[in-house]
Amino acid sequence: MVNGNLQDSKNRGLISRILIKLRPTPKTAPYYFIGPTFILFLTFMLYPILYSFILSFQKFNAGSYEFVGLKNYFKLINDPVFRKALVNTVIYLIIQVPFMIFLSLITANFLNNKFLKYKKIFKISYFLPAVTSLVAYSLIFKLLLNTDFGFVNYILSFFSIPQIDWLNSPIAAKLSVILAITWRWTGYNMIIMLAGLQNIPKEIYEASDIDGASPIQKFFRITLPMMKPIILFCTITSTIGTFKLFDESYILTGGGPNNATITVVHYLYNNGFRYLKFGYASAMSYLLVLFIVAFSFLQFKFTGGMGDE
Amino acid sequence: MSKVNKTIVYLLVILGAVLSLFPFYVMITSATMESGDIFQLPPKLGFGRNLVENFIDLNENVMINRAIINSFVISVVYTFFSVLLCSMAGYALAKFNFRGKNIMFAIIMGTAMLPFQAMVVPLFNMMNKFGWINSYQAVIFPFLANIFGIFLMRQNIISFPTSVIESARIDGCGEFGIFFKVVAPSVKPAISVLSVYMFMGQWNKFMWPLIILRTRNMYTLPVTLSTLPGVSKMDYGQIMLGAFISVLPILILFLLFQDYFEKGLLGGAVKG
Repeated sequence: MVNGNLQDSKNRGLISRILIKLRPTPKTAPYYFIGPTFILFLTFMLYPILYSFILSFQKFNAGSYEFVGLKNYFKLINDPVFRKALVNTVIYLIIQVPFMIFLSLITANFLNNKFLKYKKIFKISYFLPAVTSLVAYSLIFKLLLNTDFGFVNYILSFFSIPQIDWLNSPIAAKLSVILAITWRWTGYNMIIMLAGLQNIPKEIYEASDIDGASPIQKFFRITLPMMKPIILFCTITSTIGTFKLFDESYILTGGGPNNATITVVHYLYNNGFRYLKFGYASAMSYLLVLFIVAFSFLQFKFTGGMGDE
Repeated sequence: MSKVNKTIVYLLVILGAVLSLFPFYVMITSATMESGDIFQLPPKLGFGRNLVENFIDLNENVMINRAIINSFVISVVYTFFSVLLCSMAGYALAKFNFRGKNIMFAIIMGTAMLPFQAMVVPLFNMMNKFGWINSYQAVIFPFLANIFGIFLMRQNIISFPTSVIESARIDGCGEFGIFFKVVAPSVKPAISVLSVYMFMGQWNKFMWPLIILRTRNMYTLPVTLSTLPGVSKMDYGQIMLGAFISVLPILILFLLFQDYFEKGLLGGAVKG
């Protein structure tokens, strides 16, 4: 009995000593705070990213992997669907991104007018698409773009434009995706640009008023140069976003017709999770990374990274 | 500006707002109709009478009730833990100098810059090994540590006076006590911004849940929605109701906390 008690209290002493040792001190505290996050990053990001690299040199065959060298990458370069996906992405980039950035800038300029009332309501209306789930809005656009009964064709019929098969003809389907993305993201970029516009010192505009500058002159000589970093920021984030497009392709057009709207990520998904070509999908993801890292780097360089004070 | 110009600006701004809002209007009215009413020329603009029926059918066809519950549980749990982790990590980066800080920082930065698509295949295999396929934790865990959240919290905590932390230490407050009782309450607005943002991000997430969730009783709302056009006999009234249900919570949050959304968005873009 006595012995047991002694053992017990010894144990208790040990446990409490360990607890005291584990109690964070000013020196050890930061590891407690950042530790869990860091472990999560290592486990669920760093490890998969490195492993993905290794996978990209392998082929998944009958439940096991074999090393195939650069074969996946060579195959990829010659894969007509992958090429198509890349071309689609580039088309979206060249047409959609500049169009949207221009639209956001113009809208932000309008909303920045002093005389405009109900600004908050306008801002909310423009921003609303940006908080909508991509799946939901893709479904809405599917309905709006319906060939026989959709609103878009109905409105166009007033201008005697014949029915357009929005989702089933190669060019119109691309246009549909562009339309949908523009609807979803213009307000988002507009809010960023509006904040930028409000940071331009009013004195500059007042001085130009005295010099008799017209609104258009003011826009090109003052607004545009002052907004350059923000326009750049929006352009680069939109570019990265375009590389990552998936939901619109998957839901709105199903990548079709005949892969006319398929995106790189959609094709990656098909390979990885439909055809179970894990190695091939990994190789694709690494080419994607290459593009995105290049653009992220540009973004980092031009916007000064995370903006340290 | 002349009166004519002002009128033009007003008209354009109103036109833009109408274009932004119109798809929502069509979604909401269509949610109350049956397919026959939706597919009609000229299109009906008013409300129909099929809302309740649509919901009952939707629930029968795709277990929408279950999807709502799944989405809520996953989003709430995710938001709570990710905000907690991001705040703690942001605090460590803002207020401490410790060995390995720069390396940790570099690793976090470097991996976070890469797209999720780059890790999706091994991540899936990993979940498979864990036996986590088709589970809540597989949706929640991999993305708890969020770089945007860490930065947002770091930027907000960095201006918190270090002297207050030190005097709390002298008063005998433990390190966790300092964080939870002194630092965290002072950055409540940032925590709110982050919570709203994280909730929305998780609620709308699609590709990963689509990959990892395998049975209908585990599907989140976006995954359930994505299967709707394929379900036979599915009509567009039900699809639009599903879309509306998936948009509604975010809509409410957005109208209540519009400023938080804006701040969250600008946190990544414009300084200060």
